[in-house]
This record gives sequence, C-alpha cells and structure tokens, in this order.
Amino acid sequence: MKFTLKIWRQENAKAKGEMISYDVAGISPDSSFFEMLDTLNQNLVMTGGDPVAFDHDCREGICGTCSLYINGRPHGPVKGVTTCQLHMRSFTDGDTIHIEPWRAKAFPVVRDLIVDRSAFDKIIQAGGYVSVNTGGVPDANTIPVPREKSEAAMDAAACIGCGACVAACSNASAMLFIGAKISHLALLPQGEVEAAKRVQKMVASLDELGFGNCSNTYACEAECPKGISVSNIARMNRQFIGAKLFAEKEKIVRDSL
Amino acid sequence: MTRLNARIPEGPVASKWTAYKSASRLVNPNNKRKLDIIVVGTGLAGASAAASLGELGYRVKVFCYQDSPRRAHSIAAQGGINAAKNYPNDGDSAYRLFYDTIKGGDYRAREANVYRLAEVSNQIIDLCVAQGVPFAREYGGLLANRSFGGAQVSRTFYARGQTGQQLLLGAYSALSRQIALGNVTLFNRRDVLDTVLVEGRARGIITRNLVTGEIERHAAHAVVLASGGYGNVFFLSTNAMGSNVTPAWSAYKKGAMFANPSFTQIHPTCIPVHGDTQSKLTLMSESLRNDGRIWVPKKVKDVEKLRNQSIKPADIPEEDRDYYLERRYPAFGNLVPRDVASRAAKERCDAGFGVGRTGVAVFLDFADAIKRKGHDTIDALYGNLFQMYEQIVAENPYETPMMIYPAVHYTMGGLWVDYELMTTIQGLFAIGECNFSDHGANRLGASALMQGLADGYFVLPYTIGNYLSTEIHTPRFDTSSSEFTIAAQAVTDRLQQIKNCGGKESVDHYHRRLGKIMWEYCGMARNDAGLTEALYQLTELRHEYSRGVRIPGGLDEYNPELEKACRVADFIELGELMVRDAQQRRESCGGHFREEFQTSEGEALRNDDKFAFVAAWEYKGREVSANLHREELQFNEIKLSQRSYK
Repeated sequence: MKFTLKIWRQENAKAKGEMISYDVAGISPDSSFFEMLDTLNQNLVMTGGDPVAFDHDCREGICGTCSLYINGRPHGPVKGVTTCQLHMRSFTDGDTIHIEPWRAKAFPVVRDLIVDRSAFDKIIQAGGYVSVNTGGVPDANTIPVPREKSEAAMDAAACIGCGACVAACSNASAMLFIGAKISHLALLPQGEVEAAKRVQKMVASLDELGFGNCSNTYACEAECPKGISVSNIARMNRQFIGAKLFAEKEKIVRDSL
Repeated sequence: MTRLNARIPEGPVASKWTAYKSASRLVNPNNKRKLDIIVVGTGLAGASAAASLGELGYRVKVFCYQDSPRRAHSIAAQGGINAAKNYPNDGDSAYRLFYDTIKGGDYRAREANVYRLAEVSNQIIDLCVAQGVPFAREYGGLLANRSFGGAQVSRTFYARGQTGQQLLLGAYSALSRQIALGNVTLFNRRDVLDTVLVEGRARGIITRNLVTGEIERHAAHAVVLASGGYGNVFFLSTNAMGSNVTPAWSAYKKGAMFANPSFTQIHPTCIPVHGDTQSKLTLMSESLRNDGRIWVPKKVKDVEKLRNQSIKPADIPEEDRDYYLERRYPAFGNLVPRDVASRAAKERCDAGFGVGRTGVAVFLDFADAIKRKGHDTIDALYGNLFQMYEQIVAENPYETPMMIYPAVHYTMGGLWVDYELMTTIQGLFAIGECNFSDHGANRLGASALMQGLADGYFVLPYTIGNYLSTEIHTPRFDTSSSEFTIAAQAVTDRLQQIKNCGGKESVDHYHRRLGKIMWEYCGMARNDAGLTEALYQLTELRHEYSRGVRIPGGLDEYNPELEKACRVADFIELGELMVRDAQQRRESCGGHFREEFQTSEGEALRNDDKFAFVAAWEYKGREVSANLHREELQFNEIKLSQRSYK
C-alpha cells in the first residue's frame, strides 16, 4: 500500500510548527500504524532527513504512551483501539493521512507529535491514591467488596492515561480522566474513607493545570480507547457536590462549638 | 571464587528472613532524612521501592525513560500474581509456593531467596487490596483465585487480563503520594547512562535528559537499579520498544557481576510474525492453553494447501491433525511449562509442519471448547483476548483457529545479587527483573509480578537499611567531584563517538541483525557449533556497528535515534556474554536447551554434578573475555529431580 502523510513538524516547544507532506510506499496492510511510521523514519534516516518524533512504547495498547491525532480523531478511525493497535488495513491504498499531536493548553508540544502530559501525573499526585503505607494493613479478605462494585471500579480503573479524552474535548477538559480515578477509588470501601477530600483536591488541581470545563459533549467517551464511560463524570460530580455540602456542614458544627 | 558471598543467614530456610530482620541494623528516622537513594526504573519493583523508601523517610530520586512512571512495561503483564494465601483451601502454603518455584526454575535458583519470596507473597496481596487494586472477586465479596500455568493449586490473583496494569497503577499511586509529600523527586524522560563509583561504592548516576539532551549528574548514598529485563536483545520480543539493558550494563562494566545471562524465557503463546517490518510481538495470555488445543497438520500436503489457501484449517479431518503436545505429554497435554511448549512448537515448524503464510506458526484451536462449554462461556473467559487477536490478525478465533508462535518474553538472568539484593558493588542494589535471583532457569507464570513487588515493598526497604546504617556519617555528595566529572565526560565522549562515526545504516538495521543472530543461535535451542558461529558473527557486528551507524540530529535535542544507538551498542555486547554463558553451560535446564544434552525422548537433561551453580560474569574489558565466577547452589530443603510432564 502507499500513502501520502501530512505530518505536524515542530522542532521544540517554542518553535513554530507546520504540516509537512511525505510519501510512503510498500506498506503491508498487516503493518501497524507505527510500523508504517517506522518505515517513513528509516527512509528519512537513510536519505539524510530528520525522522518524525512520536511517543510510543508497549505497542500493545496498554501503556498509554501513544498519542496521535489521525485524520481529526484521537487514535484514528477505529473505535476502541490505541494508535499502536491501529493497522494499515483500516485505511485505503493511496489515502492521504493527516497526523497531528494532541492539542490542549495543558499538554504543550515537546517536539513534532510528542506532547508533555505531566499534568496528568500532577492530577494523580493531588489525591489519586489511598493514603496507606507499605506494611500494617489488614488481611486482604477482611475487606469484602460486592462483586458488582468491584467490577465497576475495574471498568473505571482500566484508564490508560493516554489523554485522548482531553484531545477530543473542545474545551480540553480532563473530566473523564479524573472522573475515572475518583470513581475507581470511591466505589471501593478502601477509597471511601478519604473520598470527600480526594475529590476536592483533584478537582482543584484541574484549574491550576489549565484544563477546561466539561460541557457534556461526550466526545471523550466516544474517543476513549478503553471505553471509559461518562457516567464516571456524573459520579464525580455527585461526589464533589456531596463533599462541598459535607464541608459546609462540618464548618457549621465547628462554628457552633 | 571468594568474591561471591551470597550472605545467606544461618538457620532453617523457613526462619532465615525472620532471623535476618531481627538482627539487621536500623536507621533512626532523623538520620533517614539525611540519606539519599536513587531508584532507576518505575515498574513494579522500582515504583514500589521508591514509594516504600519515601514512606520510611529517606530522600528518594526516581528515574524513568518514559514520560510518566505509570507507563513502565510491568503494565503489560496480563495473567496474574501468585501468593500462598490458601484462600481456596486447596492445600497451598509458603513451602509449596517455594517448592514449585524452585522446581519450575529447574533447580537453578537460590533456596533462601525463593523461600523469602514465597513468605512475603501474602503481604503483597494485603497491601495491594488496601491501595484499592480491583482484584477479581467472588459473589460473596471475597477475592477470587485461579489456577495458572499448570499449577496444582489456585493461588493466582488477577484483575481481568490487566493484572500488571492494576498492580502498577497501585504502586504508581503510592509513588505519586510520596512525590506530592516531597519525599520522592521524579525525573522522567531520562536515560541512565552510567553508574558512578566513589572509593568502590555506588554513589550516583549519569543521566541524559531525553528532551534537552543535557548530561546530568545525580548523587546518593545508595543506588537501586530496577531497570527491567533485556529481552530486546532479540529485537523482536514482547518487551516495550524502549526496554533496555543500559543501566544494568553500565553497572556491569563498573564491576557488578552479571549472572546467568543466557537464561531467557520464550513464551509459547504469542501472535506470529507478519513480515519484515514487524517491530514487536504481542503476547496472548497463557490462560488460553486451559481450553485451546494446539496442533499442526500431520501431512505436508495439507500444510501446502493451507499455505496456498486452497483449504481451511477446519477442512483437515481429525485423524490428519497432530495434537503434538497431547501426543508427547499425555499427563499435562497443552498445559506443559512454557519452555517445553515453546520448544515443541519450534520442533514441528522446523520439521516443515508450520502453518500460516510464513510457515512459522501453529494452531491454537477452540472449536472443541466452544462445542463443550458453549460460545458464551468461552466469551466470558477469553472475550477480550479473542478481540485483541482479531484486531491484530483480522481473523475471528471463534470461526478459525488462532495461530501462535513462541516469542521472547522474560529474562531470568540479570545482575548478580546477594541475599540483601546488593550487587558485587557496595551500595548498588538490583531488584525485579533486573536481578537474577528468584526464577532460576525458567520463570513460572504469575511469578514476575510477585517478585517485583516483593523486592520493592517488602525486601529492599529492610536490606537497604542494614547497609545505610553504616552510612549515617557520610555527608551528601558533591557532584562536581572528579569521579562524577570523569563519568559525565565519558558519557559525552561516547555519545559524540556514536554520533560522529559517519556510517550509513540505521540503528534498527543493526538491531534486526543482532536479533536474528540471537534468535537463530541463542534462542529456544542452542548447540556448541551454533554458539561459536554466533560469537564470530557478533564480534563482526560489533565492529561494523561502531563505524556503520548513522545518527541524524544533534546531541543537545530530542533524538530518539541516538537513544536507540546507545541501547543497541549495549545489547550487542550483552549478546556476546549471553552466548558465552550458553556455551559454558554444558547441560540443558529450564529455558536453556542445549541440543547435545537431551534424553532419548528429546527432553532437557540437567547435569547437577557439574552445573548446579549460578554463573556470574565479571567484566574485564571490551576485547577481553569476561571472567566466570561460580556460586554453588546448596539444596538443603528440596531434593533435585528430573522434571517430567509425561
């Protein structure tokens, strides 16, 4: 197969970027999207060009490193897969393919197609954990969890942190990412203890990091390669309102003492 | 031989760890703040260690090449994690887990370390549950277990087919908490290119900032390597693209011995190679072998017809199929250990019975299981795996058998460590897949996650304290000392040399050639003539590489070709050591199969009289052969016997 690629090239965070056109030929339909880009890069190296920088690592759809905006969609045209699991048979011979990085204020471009997603790490650092130390925890089976809850928690915990939800959102909102983590922990008794504090701290971090607000377009759910549901955003919102009320009630009690 | 002392505590195996913990020296909390620790890698071992050490109050710096610590390749582990909880009441115990691990490793692991691993396994499950890891549960709300990899008890805990992901996210969340508290500092997108020694002790590392290209110096009172395995020496493997041996290799060159490098695990159920541009291989969970039947055609003419697509697999009648595992191993059938299943597939393909376009694949057939258990049951058990297969291969496994072939998956070898997980360099520790210690010559399913977390959460935090207790008077280090300056300069020189060698070929070109040599001569089956040939070819390759590689771009910018170039240079050298190790081990054991040493039935033949030792290699220089040191293995608890799966 052969393709014309229009790829975003940008030397570093400060440089001005532009779309550059490349041709690749002799691509097997069984090749993955990245193997197609590998071929392009090999050609560029051999002809003295500058290979295209893109993020990738496990190439089996679980590490969440890959991040391409392909023909206007995060992770390309096939639903439920990451770019690394996209195969060239999903395209037509002779296609022109547009490849861009994630576009969001909170994810500045590092080079070409690579963006800086450390804002996601900062959200988790703000409260995406249960505050237990190694050692001194009870036997695992002293904490029974209803199977349905455990399954729902697992559905939310399947998030790979790739950032497609942010890239898909017209407001560059991280509500699905944060909603998934808050739901995962709030659904389990282990996470319930500090649920109110967690949701407040994590939501507060969103504004600081430059993510936008949610306006319920559900583009995040539609483009999530792991099928994370927007119901997690609703659960987070309930948690957030509950936490606010709880905090106010606590204040009234404190003031009256 | 005196240099290798595993420092195993006295006493019966079951009480060694307790005895060690009671006698080991402690560091008081005020002093912990004055002690710095570097942790390299954020997989299960690195993240759990960095988090636990931060919780204890040490000042920790943690490094990863990925953009986020959550992306380390532990995340891709599918199956599960073993523990001796005995929740199913089926007779499991720490002793049994210990016994199975020693036997599964074909008696080439150290008893004391393996017993400790089995002993702390239960604590891992407790901690992970407390962190909120969503393990599978029964309807009563308690934890579910399954049997895995042919084990006779159900001791494997799992989170769907994403156990590694969930455990890693647990460790990552604990790590994130320590980062937020200021106890741990994260350095992402960093390659660790050298280990710095001061007066014989590990005191720091040299890193390259992958975004800016800056060469950085970091000092600490101790260095912990958790940089994973080296399966990418084969080019094609199930490892992540960036997985590399460089931190461990730099330590090896500074004096840390490298143990059993030839012990690699080839996993039987991976998706076969599609063609020349293939960049990596994808594993299908071993659990598929519980219900799938493995076969190839009996007749060569059927193989040809399959290849030219004049017949479909289902057209081949039952009597013309060779269910070779069931034929050769009636007792275990399709559930024989990984090394046995892998070799049997290779044997059939080499004999010309391989299927698929390339002839390098065998069938894994679910037709009988679907008939017996029903479509829905199979879907509930393997639905996500079938989907993944269809996504990659574009064939529906409900309608036509899957095609599988073995692929490099895990490396049991690694830096030699003593009971305290310290290498032969004082103050340099190695944990997780990066060390050699617990899996012998073959790792059992669901044991890698257990070992990574055991080392990071429950072993290293104790043993490193014992070392650091002698360091409380050592002030923080200045990275402008001559040792750091020399090491940083050496790294810069090396990068410049690679960049300016003026060659014409890409790094991948050489990496593919390296992979071919290793797979051909040092893969599933090895022999003396092949290994000699490999050594010759690798020396050639190393020389060609040093003047033949072309690196575009500069040193002081984001440059993935340069990153790869350093990694591949180390892989080529490692390849030579693997071949030497495979050559000296004149026996077959676990994943190491020497064709000269097999039973009349083609099974692995160990030689316990001569080879019940750990081979630890000491670096002597680039053009000089490494020195072999032997750590004799003592088996006091377990009687050595031949593995039999017939």
